[in-house]
Amino acid sequence: MLLLLLAYGTTAAVCLVGHRRLGAAAFPLATLPHLATLVWLVSVAGGVLDGTPVTAELAWVDALDLSITLRLDGFGLLMGLLVAGIGALVSVFSVGYFSADHDRARIAGLLTAFAGAMLGLVWSDGLLTLFVFWELTSVASFLLIGTDDRSATARAAALRALLVTGTGGLSLLAGLILLGIASGEWTISGVLAADPTGGLVSAALVLVLFGTATKSAQVPFQFWLPGAMAAPTPVSAYLHSATMVKAGIVVVARLAPVFADDAPWRPIIVVCGVASILLGGVRSLRQQDAKLALAHGTVSQLGLIMVLVGLGTPATTFAGVAVLLAHALFKASWFLSVGAVDHVTGTRDLRRLHGVRRLPVLAATIVLAAASMAAIPPTLGFVTKEGALEALLEGGAGWTGTLALVGVVAGSVLTVAYTIRLAVGVLGNDTDGSHANELHTPGPALLVPPALLAAAGLVAGLAAAPVGGFLARVAASLDPAAGDSALYLWHGLTPALGLSALVLAGGFGLWWISRPATREAAAPRSASTVAYDRAYEALLSGSRRITGSTQSGSLPLYLGIVLLSIAAATGAALAVDRGLLDVSSFPIANSPLEVAICLVTALSSLGVILARQRFGAALALGGSGYLLALVFLLQGAPDLAVTQFLVETVTVAVYVLVLARLPQRFSSAPAWAPLGVRIALSVVVGLSVAGFALHASTAREAPSVAEEYLRRSEPEAGGRNVVNVILVDFRGFDTLGEITVLAIAGAGVVNLVAAARREQRRKHLDDGTDVEDLSGRSPGVWR
Amino acid sequence: MSLVQAGLVAVLFSVGTFLVLHRSLTRIILGIGLLGNGVNLLILTAGSRPGDAPILGTGSDPTDPVPQALVLTAIVIGLAVVAFLLSMAYRSWTIDGNDVVEDDLSDRRIAAEPDVAQDFGDET
Repeated sequence: MLLLLLAYGTTAAVCLVGHRRLGAAAFPLATLPHLATLVWLVSVAGGVLDGTPVTAELAWVDALDLSITLRLDGFGLLMGLLVAGIGALVSVFSVGYFSADHDRARIAGLLTAFAGAMLGLVWSDGLLTLFVFWELTSVASFLLIGTDDRSATARAAALRALLVTGTGGLSLLAGLILLGIASGEWTISGVLAADPTGGLVSAALVLVLFGTATKSAQVPFQFWLPGAMAAPTPVSAYLHSATMVKAGIVVVARLAPVFADDAPWRPIIVVCGVASILLGGVRSLRQQDAKLALAHGTVSQLGLIMVLVGLGTPATTFAGVAVLLAHALFKASWFLSVGAVDHVTGTRDLRRLHGVRRLPVLAATIVLAAASMAAIPPTLGFVTKEGALEALLEGGAGWTGTLALVGVVAGSVLTVAYTIRLAVGVLGNDTDGSHANELHTPGPALLVPPALLAAAGLVAGLAAAPVGGFLARVAASLDPAAGDSALYLWHGLTPALGLSALVLAGGFGLWWISRPATREAAAPRSASTVAYDRAYEALLSGSRRITGSTQSGSLPLYLGIVLLSIAAATGAALAVDRGLLDVSSFPIANSPLEVAICLVTALSSLGVILARQRFGAALALGGSGYLLALVFLLQGAPDLAVTQFLVETVTVAVYVLVLARLPQRFSSAPAWAPLGVRIALSVVVGLSVAGFALHASTAREAPSVAEEYLRRSEPEAGGRNVVNVILVDFRGFDTLGEITVLAIAGAGVVNLVAAARREQRRKHLDDGTDVEDLSGRSPGVWR
Repeated sequence: MSLVQAGLVAVLFSVGTFLVLHRSLTRIILGIGLLGNGVNLLILTAGSRPGDAPILGTGSDPTDPVPQALVLTAIVIGLAVVAFLLSMAYRSWTIDGNDVVEDDLSDRRIAAEPDVAQDFGDET
């Protein structure tokens, strides 16, 4: 299993890296991992269907106990067959669909990467593994929707899909983690076996359902799916009808048998699902673009499957799995057919399509797919829809079940209506003459894949009994009680059959009545699209406002806020906890001399502020530094005092050298705050630091290492000046680092000054000033 | 640590902070120099009590040598920082003709017109 995923990853990488050279060979290459997967799935199918899942585990981050945990059960087998089977057909179709104008290798690579991620998702057993693959499919979908990256619409649609499904993904992650915490198990099978209950689980389920609703385009998050039709049609067929949008359903299907009885589960799923069924159906009736009509139909169908698997009774679980298979077959066939029609005629507009019926294979495919979509016997669509009605009539899910039944019947009426409208729109017109679209003859690559899918829907419908048996064993992996379900093409005059007939008649009637109204109708933007756009705009302008109000661009202001925050934190701690600082416990001064020296040092420091000229300020700073050396000396640090003297001398010299080139007075720039505020801020900072220092001097918890240094200095390093010994011996490498810093700073200084000189010289040249005037001064930094 | 020493720390930090909050680059550098001195004094006085120099054989009550070793390094690094900043101020002056720290332009533009689409992010 891991090897297969690796094969997908490698193929995708080969396509994406070598995309300049690969060209037309990319799609044939991309079918290989699909074929390998199909062969492997068929070879293990027997054992898996008998109830012994195949598992694989790969340690990922041992320290965090993270691993990639995969588990292939019956449901995983069905989904794997769909992903790889439809993937292979889509790859074949793409050979005919994409021309050299497209970056074929990129599309093939992303499709392959997506297929790998999707397989990982449907085979995941680990909760976090599931999430990782879930997000990978979202990213692949984002890149594929934005294939036409020159179109602003496509980019916006891609971003919208990513934001919606990404938000849902975060919610799913939170839900999965809560489930993991509540049950103590980090695999889906483990969680289901533990069957945790309680408030935490309810919260987790709400979060999970939020995530699944975004991914499977359920109301109120359905709006990204029609937008996603900006992707090339094979991509839409694969991701946005057959596989990726089923991800939410996969998660719901796995959890439903255990968690459906939890309080929030059924109301959320059924209400959102029924709303999706109805909204998608109504909107589909109003689209003029065949592909968009299909996309809205997908929202509707996804709602149906969601309701069925979400109800979680054995019968509905089985029916849900069956409808899922039927939908994948006929919807992918529909999408590919529309893609072929688009390729052949150059349009998908139902008002402008003419003459498609003259292409027999394509027309037959569309008729078959339409029959399955509208649930006309004897297709798989009919068989499974009957099964669904049967399961819902059986009851067992309270009021939500009743609501679901009403919703499904009403939705089916809509489905019949929009299917007839679509089929008539695509095939109905054959006016010859000027209106006829110019038809290219489609190649086999465009015809065979959709025809195969449509034919599979018909054959599976005719062979309802064995297919039902297979699906029952698939459903048994979700809920063992669903194992003895069956599908019938004909099971007598039952209420379900009556409903089916009613639905067909109602759908036909609805189509007939709504024809004039929907002929030229322009589809309005949906309320949730508007809400999304508003929220997105508000987010952008809101963050700009926040940035605008906090980022004034003034460095002193930023610095002031940072310093004030530090001072406030320290000061607040000292003010609140009186025990931290007892001022009376400190001596006022260690000696009278200290008082005098400190006083003069403080005055000299104040002089730095008061000086109006740069030189005065530099001298005051130097004085303050020299006096500080005396303070060090009093503390018992002659080494420091000497260093401070030397460094202060050099510093003053550098100041004087640099200041000699600057104007005498400080430049007068507007202050960012009134003088009083700045003084108050400075005093607060100074006092809080002093308070901190006093506290720190009493905060020693362990004895100093000084004793050790004092003891070992002479015998081990042969030196009596312990400070010196520490610097050059015990901590010699620190000193090496320090010297390096010094050298780098020195190099920086030399370069900056040299660059400044060059510039000045050029300026003088431009001004026509004599060069000698400058070069007369000696070169070099120090003169 | 005596209160007088703490007072000197407070003065050095206050003056340093006041200078650092200026717009003139040379004043900022002066402030950084004073802040550095303040930090050095803080580490030394908060980390050790006064005593004899930690030179073996010269006094009976040697003070803690560890803060001294730290501060000695800090003094030298402080010199490097100040020298580097000064040469940057010099360079800034040769380019701009002043040594004022300007506001960031793009920040100001956002502050002035938060609703106008900027050159990042928004595609509409």
